[in-house]
Amino acid sequence: MNAQTIRLDQPDGGDSATQLGHVVTGELDLSHGVALYLEDITVSFDGFKALNNLTLAINAGELRCIIGPNGAGKTTMMDVITGKTRPDSGKAFFGQTIDLTRLTEPEIAHVGIGRKFQKPTIFEQHTVFENLELAMKTDKRVWKSLMAWLTGDDRDRIADTLRTIRLDHEADRPAGLLSHGQKQWLEIGMLLMQEPKLLLLDEPVAGMTDDETMRTAELFVSLAGKHSLVVVEHDMAFVEKLGGLVTVLHEGSVLAEGDLATVQNDQRVIEVYLGR
Amino acid sequence: MSATSSVLPLPATGRVPLTLRFFAALDRKAWIALGIFLALALIVVPVLNLMVPPDSVFHVSAYAITLIGKIMCYALVAVAMDLIWGYGGILSLGHGLFFALGGYAFGMYLMRQIGRDGSYQSDLPDFMVFLDWKELPWFWLGSDSFGWAAFLVMAVPAVVAFVFGYFAFRSRIKGVYFSIITQALTYAAMLLFFRNETGFGGNNGFTDFKRVLDVPITAPETRLMLFALTAIALAATLVFSAWLVKSKFGRVLTAIRDAESRVMFIGYNPLWYKLTIWVISAVLCGIAGALYVPQVGIINPSEMSPANSIEIAIWVAVGGRGTLIGPVIGAFAVNLAKSWFTVSFPEYWLFFLGLLFIVVTLLLPQGLVGLWKKIISKKQGAQA
Repeated sequence: MNAQTIRLDQPDGGDSATQLGHVVTGELDLSHGVALYLEDITVSFDGFKALNNLTLAINAGELRCIIGPNGAGKTTMMDVITGKTRPDSGKAFFGQTIDLTRLTEPEIAHVGIGRKFQKPTIFEQHTVFENLELAMKTDKRVWKSLMAWLTGDDRDRIADTLRTIRLDHEADRPAGLLSHGQKQWLEIGMLLMQEPKLLLLDEPVAGMTDDETMRTAELFVSLAGKHSLVVVEHDMAFVEKLGGLVTVLHEGSVLAEGDLATVQNDQRVIEVYLGR
Repeated sequence: MSATSSVLPLPATGRVPLTLRFFAALDRKAWIALGIFLALALIVVPVLNLMVPPDSVFHVSAYAITLIGKIMCYALVAVAMDLIWGYGGILSLGHGLFFALGGYAFGMYLMRQIGRDGSYQSDLPDFMVFLDWKELPWFWLGSDSFGWAAFLVMAVPAVVAFVFGYFAFRSRIKGVYFSIITQALTYAAMLLFFRNETGFGGNNGFTDFKRVLDVPITAPETRLMLFALTAIALAATLVFSAWLVKSKFGRVLTAIRDAESRVMFIGYNPLWYKLTIWVISAVLCGIAGALYVPQVGIINPSEMSPANSIEIAIWVAVGGRGTLIGPVIGAFAVNLAKSWFTVSFPEYWLFFLGLLFIVVTLLLPQGLVGLWKKIISKKQGAQA
């Protein structure tokens, strides 16, 4: 049991414990079964509390769905986890040792968190192949990029991912020419190339056909176990297909948690969704 | 992929020596064009200048050589600007500063080469005698050495660019804000260099050069040598830049231009990528400045004026951003037009320049190269 664990167990521990246990660039430690741990996260924009004492834990290998009405804080939560937004207060840990509130966006990507945006964000001028190449897990410093040359293994990995996201016939097309659903898949493929331990997916099936949506669900279910997934989604059929726990966010904190049927029958959840 | 159209059959994967990658950076047509350019600059022009009598129509005058040499320096700056603007998406309106810094660094050496042949027959440059200075300021130390001057030509722009770029990019200053700050930077430097006390000749700058590497600077052979060196520098810059933009580094750079947040979330730190291309671009400008000064025979703070830096952006926009040949074409087109205009209708040149910028921005967002590509594809479309 290391100092960091002590800190997690005793969140009100003194400053000395905080400094002792502060491992910023540690290896990812999932030995206690928790992949992501948010505690009392508060973020306010001009007095509006986008997140209000949000506490949430995601287990290693878990597939979690986050639902909630607009403005519930789902995207802000992802911003906090990926380092885009710094919380006003609270803790955000990746595994046992990595304090996300101390790392920059590239560092967080490097320790193993991948993010898919609500609007597909890909490199439209680059080919599909190049998009995956850039995302591939490797040394991403300048000098290495200057000297980089793809190995046979690299090409095989890209080819595998291309098949997984069913874009193997589009490899040399500029990504900007893909359909909306294909762009979503490409962005998911870029996430896979990063080999993250935790995938954050913000409305991954928006704009997909029913068929594409179901294929995406199958892909995510197959990824769970090896990876932890946090999926923000409005499409209830998709959430149902994913199975797993569902967390309902409302006004910046957790309103309810449980399997889909339970939260759908929760009186407070019904009020939040229908009571307006 | 980049290797498919290269001259040499490169293995698609595995380790490939860097020299071969440089070869692969340009396709066959581009290498041939580069070869023709170098043959013209290194053989044909010198022969037409030295061997053909001045009254022949084939004679290339000293004026033409200086003009083309000057424009090749501008073209080098334009390529450097395109690396940061066309590929990196960062519009600098202060690139004239790096050009001038390179020019001044080499100008110091040229001033020392005058020796005692100046008006005051002193070891000190004339302007220092005029200011009644008794010895060289500390930063002139070593300025009589060609090697040290050549080092400063690259090191000074590099250091200035690194320090400025580090703080600007770290603070995530982008877009028009960055452009305005670079504009202010070059303006501030101009005011600094205008002062006599700064130690660079005040508003007169450096001029009246006599020698470079102990040979007379205005001799036809020296002129041709400088011309040839400039051509080689431009060609080498084009090959280097082609390699750079076709490397993975280049793909990350254009990715930062198109979707910076995605680049960060897949684990690249844009700061170091931007800083690298920014410093490379500044160093290339410094080299261009150093080649420019001995050919035109003067460097003064007006090279740092904001208008000069804006003009650099116009060359690139006219030629075509995001292509390497575009800036070269743009620099030649605009500057040849300028030298014609300033002789024939000197008062209308700035109006023409402004009009050109508006027309290019509104009608030719891809510049002359984009226009050419459009015409080609229309022709092909008509044939099909």
